[in-house]
Amino acid sequence: MTAVSMTVNGQHVSAEIDPRTLLVQFLREHLRLTGTHVGCDTSQCGCCVVHVNGDAIKSCTTLAATCDGADVVTIEGLAKGDVLHPMQAAFRENHGLQCGFCTPGMIMTAVELVRRKGTDLDEHTIREELEGNLCRCTGYHNIVKAIGAGAQAMGAAAE
Amino acid sequence: MTATGIGASVRRKEDFRFVTGKGRYTDDVNRPGQAHAYFVRSPHAHATINKIDATEALKTKGVLAVLTGDDIAADKVGGLICGWMIHSKDGSPMKAGAHPALAQGKVRYVGDHVAVVIAETYAIARDAGEKVVVDYTVLPANADTASAAKPGAPVVHDVAPDNMVYDWKLGDKDATDAAFAKAKHVTKLEIVNNRLVPNPMEPRAAVGDYDEGNESFTLYTTSQNPHVARLVLSAFIGIAPEHKLRVIAPDVGGGFGSKIFIYAEETICVWAAKKVRRPVKWTSDRTEAFLSDAHGRDHVTHAELALDEAGKILGLRVKTIANLGAYLSTFSSSVPTYLYAPLLSGQYNIPAIYAEVDGVYTNTTPVDAYRGAGRPEATFVVERLMEVAAREIGRDPADFRRQNFVTQFPHQTPVIMCYDGGDYPKSLDKALELADYASIGKRKAESARKGLLRGIGISAYIEACGIAPSAAVGSLGAGVGLWESAEVRVNPVGTVEILTGSHSHGQGHETTFAQLVSDRLGISIDNVAIVHGDTDKVQMGMGTYGSRSGAVGMSAIVKALDKIEAKAKKVAGHVLEASPDDIEFKNGKFSVKGTDKEIDFASVALQAYIAHKFNGQELEPGLKESAFYDPTNFTFPAGVHICELEIDPQTGVVAIDKWTAVDDFGNLINPMIVEGQVHGGIAQGIGQALFEGAVYNKDGQLLTASYMDYQMPRAGDLLSYDIAVTNTPCPSNPLGIKGCGEAGAIAAPPAVVNALTDALGHEDVPMPATPQTLWRAAQRAVTKAAAQ
Repeated sequence: MTAVSMTVNGQHVSAEIDPRTLLVQFLREHLRLTGTHVGCDTSQCGCCVVHVNGDAIKSCTTLAATCDGADVVTIEGLAKGDVLHPMQAAFRENHGLQCGFCTPGMIMTAVELVRRKGTDLDEHTIREELEGNLCRCTGYHNIVKAIGAGAQAMGAAAE
Repeated sequence: MTATGIGASVRRKEDFRFVTGKGRYTDDVNRPGQAHAYFVRSPHAHATINKIDATEALKTKGVLAVLTGDDIAADKVGGLICGWMIHSKDGSPMKAGAHPALAQGKVRYVGDHVAVVIAETYAIARDAGEKVVVDYTVLPANADTASAAKPGAPVVHDVAPDNMVYDWKLGDKDATDAAFAKAKHVTKLEIVNNRLVPNPMEPRAAVGDYDEGNESFTLYTTSQNPHVARLVLSAFIGIAPEHKLRVIAPDVGGGFGSKIFIYAEETICVWAAKKVRRPVKWTSDRTEAFLSDAHGRDHVTHAELALDEAGKILGLRVKTIANLGAYLSTFSSSVPTYLYAPLLSGQYNIPAIYAEVDGVYTNTTPVDAYRGAGRPEATFVVERLMEVAAREIGRDPADFRRQNFVTQFPHQTPVIMCYDGGDYPKSLDKALELADYASIGKRKAESARKGLLRGIGISAYIEACGIAPSAAVGSLGAGVGLWESAEVRVNPVGTVEILTGSHSHGQGHETTFAQLVSDRLGISIDNVAIVHGDTDKVQMGMGTYGSRSGAVGMSAIVKALDKIEAKAKKVAGHVLEASPDDIEFKNGKFSVKGTDKEIDFASVALQAYIAHKFNGQELEPGLKESAFYDPTNFTFPAGVHICELEIDPQTGVVAIDKWTAVDDFGNLINPMIVEGQVHGGIAQGIGQALFEGAVYNKDGQLLTASYMDYQMPRAGDLLSYDIAVTNTPCPSNPLGIKGCGEAGAIAAPPAVVNALTDALGHEDVPMPATPQTLWRAAQRAVTKAAAQ
């Protein structure tokens, strides 16, 4: 067993875990944060994207032990109570989700995309940056719209 | 139209939980004391099992049990079933090979279930699974659709020594032969409809639970139709009688058909829960999903179209070999037969049609319904024939289609279907205008100047949706009725719960069904809850597939709401001291005709429950009604999709730069959700045309069993679509709606391939049209053009 401690959504957590425990297993099974999903277990689909020290990473292929001391944010950590993060609100407003399974990963990817590329994102950039996230329901049309709108809203909120 | 009523693009009620990570999918369910299952699967496509040695696995700390086909047999657990009987030409029933949930003596595809290891954790179960030693004698594999039933091919099931599940036909052979005999022109095509893997983003999962005190089971599962799962697990597989078996399908992360079926893993989890006296959980990994989720399509077809001298269609003749895989999945037999050939008339007047379909066994994953199910295959045949025929006789493909459109309704085709309404020229005209079809020549010339090949392709599809009526599908071999149920529970405070047998796995029923209730009862959608996916709450239902939840599921709600209104009028009559016949109900208020006496819906609900104003012997207290709705016909959504694209002949890379869709879905409940359904369908259709294909080698190994080998469409591969609708209300249900869930997946593949062949000087290309395929075709096209 290995001891890990990290900050998850602002809360300090520590645990003794099997060294092979993946970050997504730690989040889902130890902390019962089931908003982070596993769609492919090979880092191809992006359903498991969370933020580790501000970077969007795939938690299905990251050992929890390597995140010792890290600051982790999951989909559950974005909203402030009942007030949605602007990107979450944009997904709802633009019908950027159907079954909802890829949605947490999409939103986490999108929030980090805005951090890296700014709040004024064109369609081509959004599509290219979604290279690591699969959705089978929406055909991406409304996800692209939602991310563009969410990015603008994040800009407006920051002003 | 109110802000939240029928026709409004209401934002979805379910989204708050999904965007905040609060959805509850099957893998999120954990039961106290839960153990975990790992399936030992066959690495061979075809082999006999000589011995399974679990000694070392059982010694592993934390392993609770290793169960095999012998345990299934000892417990008399029934095999998995196929619920649709198809008869061959000679009247003999289809040849269904036994399908045990764990293999008994033989494995028939890579991924077939050999044993299950149940352990304290998934990691222990998986580690122990590696220690289960299976002694196989490997047999030659039968993995190719076209040659599966040829003499000498390895036999998959002894009951079908020629590997033929059935040789089935539809239509009038003599009339069709006569039509071809007098034809002026015959177009012939060889078509392969590529095998696809559905790939909902949520992998399948199951948690089986056994309550010793009540001797009852609960199965949490990723199902599109939990009631049918319960029926099959109970009546056929024999897990428990229905009243002792509860099936719960919570939030389900997409289905596309693949979660209709009753699979081995779910069956084993619920059975094993009693064996180990612990809840048993299994969650598929993605490669398991590629190996064990039912695949889609996989047809090899020869098709012919007969025309007279004026370009009128005289007849259509089709011979299809349909790969059904190693076992008959739940509804597999119906897909290449009654969901396929009855759509071969397309949007066209075709006096004579004859189709032969050979369903064949192979040593591959079972094939069943995938988004569209039979209708994409039919549409591909028809729309490729129309395109090629038009070009062969020197006609504009749009005009040629228009000349042959059905324009009078009802229209009885020669292949079962009676089209009840539509306006096909209207959708075509609108699509041509939106696509700026008239100036395609100019755009082609511009592309040519850049060294690029531009093409445009039309697909005028029709589908039969709202799969029903029960008597009709029963006469065609269905083992179940295809009605839908609804229960409307009005609470004393006027809030409403709708219990429906439909199941939402992305379609947004919690919003659209609430819109219907809001519209009808004049109450806020916030005061309506939709209850689905739990056999202990909803009495019975047939589930969601075939774009049936609107046309059939919502119609059942309408029928129950009619009863609610009738009962509420009686209550209101007593309260307002008027005859129920004089009570009007409008905008949520009951009033006495010609007076200002009125009472709102919530007050009537309260009065119904307190029962102070009427005699409880004459009028039952309470306000709750249920209904079963069985439609009078299928519905027939139809439309035109136009794809415009550019191919770079230097690289074979294709870029779709405009997609126009004009669909006639009848009346719309929520246009935003309808558009979303169309977007997703188009993406899957483009995926079939350009990217996706399940590939088996000659040994029956699936070479495309991960996202690194099977190309799913990504955002950068696709574009934003131009979507529009026409509306001829469906005459066969009270809401006038037709269904929209599959249209895109049906329409898109021929639109793409027709555009590719247009760009390539009519060079045919197989699906998926990968860059390599297109590069080769482009080289041929360029050479041919130079020679001319």
